[in-house]
Amino acid sequence: MFPSNRDAFLSWTIYGCGVFSAAIVVLILGFLIKESAPTLYHLDILRFFTDPSWHPSSSPPEYNLLPLIVATLLTTLGAIVIAAPLGIGSAIFSHFYASRVVGRAYGKVIELLAGIPSVVYGLWGLTVLVPLVSQWQPPGASLFTAIVILSIMILPTIALFAGAAFESLPKEHLQAAEALGLSRSRIVISVVLPASRTGLFTAIILGTGRAVGETMAVLMVAGNVVQTPYSLFQPVRTITANIALEMAYAMGDHRGALFVCGLLLMGIVIVLVSVAEWVSRGRVYG
Amino acid sequence: MVNATSSTDFHDSINQTSRFPNGFWAANKNALMTIAIWMIAASVSGLFLWILFDILTQGLPTVTWDFLTKAPRNAGREGGIGPIIISTIFVLGVAIAVSVPVGVGTAILLAEVTQAESVFASFVRRSLDVLAGVPSIVFGLFGNSFFCLYLGLGFSILSGGLTLACMVLPILIRATEEGIRSVPKEYRFGAAALGLSRSATLFRLVLPAAVPGIVVGLVLGIGRALAETAALIFTSGYVDRMPGSVFDSGRVLSVHIFDLSMNVAGGDRHAYGSALVLVMILFSINTIVTWIAHRWLQNRIITT
Repeated sequence: MFPSNRDAFLSWTIYGCGVFSAAIVVLILGFLIKESAPTLYHLDILRFFTDPSWHPSSSPPEYNLLPLIVATLLTTLGAIVIAAPLGIGSAIFSHFYASRVVGRAYGKVIELLAGIPSVVYGLWGLTVLVPLVSQWQPPGASLFTAIVILSIMILPTIALFAGAAFESLPKEHLQAAEALGLSRSRIVISVVLPASRTGLFTAIILGTGRAVGETMAVLMVAGNVVQTPYSLFQPVRTITANIALEMAYAMGDHRGALFVCGLLLMGIVIVLVSVAEWVSRGRVYG
Repeated sequence: MVNATSSTDFHDSINQTSRFPNGFWAANKNALMTIAIWMIAASVSGLFLWILFDILTQGLPTVTWDFLTKAPRNAGREGGIGPIIISTIFVLGVAIAVSVPVGVGTAILLAEVTQAESVFASFVRRSLDVLAGVPSIVFGLFGNSFFCLYLGLGFSILSGGLTLACMVLPILIRATEEGIRSVPKEYRFGAAALGLSRSATLFRLVLPAAVPGIVVGLVLGIGRALAETAALIFTSGYVDRMPGSVFDSGRVLSVHIFDLSMNVAGGDRHAYGSALVLVMILFSINTIVTWIAHRWLQNRIITT
């Protein structure tokens, strides 16, 4: 083969790989739509919000998704409220407060926390956290426990991306602040945080994405009762946990309704990724 | 390059000092902030040690040579995790065999062939960004619908591995692209000056120099794949027998942990044993990645 032929073949292969990689997302969306279309077609979409509850195997079946959506929103919100300050605080610690060695060791701790699989967090939550909470506020497996486990899980994500944002700050900002004789806290609050706010925002968005999509750990500690909670210590079931719990035996419209849940999650993720993209492109520092 | 908004923020905040004239907060702000930040770091480290301690103390007594090699008995309460480790390796093998060629190809496309601002490249990049954010349970739904039912592979190691291949692709591509970009421009100029063809430049020069990036991506991908549960429950299934081929259903380590702790009363002890094995593998993977990245790659890659 002449080199030019080989180049052409190579270029086709490479473009093929690119098309294939890009096609996966389209394929995922396509199959979610394909599986949920029959259900969406012959069930009124409003039923997903106005049915009395989520009882897909009773007759007539009920498909209200609102309690699941509310549970996902509450767990995510709670986790972000706890994990954002702790995660950003962690990044501040390893970049501006700790000595070189301590900072590096702490960075390692964060990395290892990020590497623990969600099912192990779930196991730990189920065997350690749930009994602990149930001594204080029975039954233990609840919205609260889910929020705590989720915060621990997204904290490293937020800390790692916040750290990356701090690293990309221009050195001149910090040097100027030092030269003005500002205190450590003043530098962090008035120089570092404002200048890296887009990066921090992106970090929180990515953490949110992880919290919304988290399945196993939440499934194992949240109690999985379909209800709109009116207290922190009631069991809840999130969208993701609902899919994982019922997918094994779901048939017909029930299965379709679970794919509608998947479509819903996919929609949330696409919105979050677009927001992150839009934020990090709109400003100078990302 | 000085950003106008941040420098005004800067002046505003200098003026803000006058808002707290003489209070306790003003006087001790620096010290309070230092204490708060150290407390955050201490509590996060404490939490990590607590989790690690529990996994170690409850897992270590279980993990013996027999546990690692024997088949599970009595729904996993007794026996070991031998077949489960084999299934895990099979699933990983399928995922790697499929994702590495496609991933490296796409990374070459993004880093070498297309311009960053070309429509096609930005489309590929955008869809990979979305793919990286897709929740694992959605991969599970997709894998069940596409690989198990549409392609007729059923609950099998092949279905699970292919689902995981889709899942680790973004990680693999990002790290490989980083590796290719870190190859000095002079290599390509030199190759062009010598009249080498594009494919020769790629295979003889750029890819060998980009191997560390590919390895980092591969190891990170393996880490993500090993940790995965939700995507595998409905694709590779629950069967805990020794798999005969990739068309058999096989239970991976993380699914085993899930099943033992949720569905088997009294399975916690072996769940912790399996969790210890899994966590130790993942920690060693993290060490390998850090070592390679520090040794060969200038650019740091975020490991989530």
